[in-house]
Amino acid sequence: MAIRVQREDFDVGTELARLTEKRTDIGALTSFVGLVRDFGTPGGGGMTLEHYPGMTEKELVAVEREALGRWELSATLIIHRYGRLEPGERIVLCAAASPHRAAAFEACHFLIDWLKTRAPFWKLEDTAQGQKWVEARAEDETAAKRWRTGP
Amino acid sequence: MKVLWFAWLRTRVGTATEEVALPEGVDTVAKLLDWLATRSPGHAQALSQRAVVRVAVNQSYATADQPVHAGDEVAIFPPVTGG
Repeated sequence: MAIRVQREDFDVGTELARLTEKRTDIGALTSFVGLVRDFGTPGGGGMTLEHYPGMTEKELVAVEREALGRWELSATLIIHRYGRLEPGERIVLCAAASPHRAAAFEACHFLIDWLKTRAPFWKLEDTAQGQKWVEARAEDETAAKRWRTGP
Repeated sequence: MKVLWFAWLRTRVGTATEEVALPEGVDTVAKLLDWLATRSPGHAQALSQRAVVRVAVNQSYATADQPVHAGDEVAIFPPVTGG
């Protein structure tokens, strides 16, 4: 179980290989990578990601813990970047390893949906009209609600 | 109390961090926001739409009726947009 908040890029292959290294109990490993999309902004677009150091780490750990309580998981990893990011660059990696694929798939989906509505990050996007704070999307809240349990 | 502002709330308030002395009677998140809104036009503007204001007390999400104390770290920010 690990979380990392960093400015630098990460290598997906290396990170996933490390997650299952010397393990023989893992039957399934799933991952999600979020990337900066180019919306056709003149000058290339890109964004700056701001976050709340301290709380970010706490929330990401809480997201992982929640996943561990819900599925049979052998390992999880969340890496989230901050700072200046250009189109095509990686923003986030979520990975879930389990003896079984269903748990791995569901947990990975949960990790990204849950962190999107909880981890204190804010995107400042470059647009043709200058820099603009991205507004939270109702779809993200709906996606996270899907994982809410109880009445 | 240490108050932290993030994203567009920070740009409206004009500062990322401020140290404030809580007046008598300001003892919940809701009352704190009401009081902070009186500090400057920027504060008032930042806090004018409460529905899009999120608050964390000591780095955990807080509700409007949650108590606040002098030594707390209170962060005020819009809905998060990471991932």
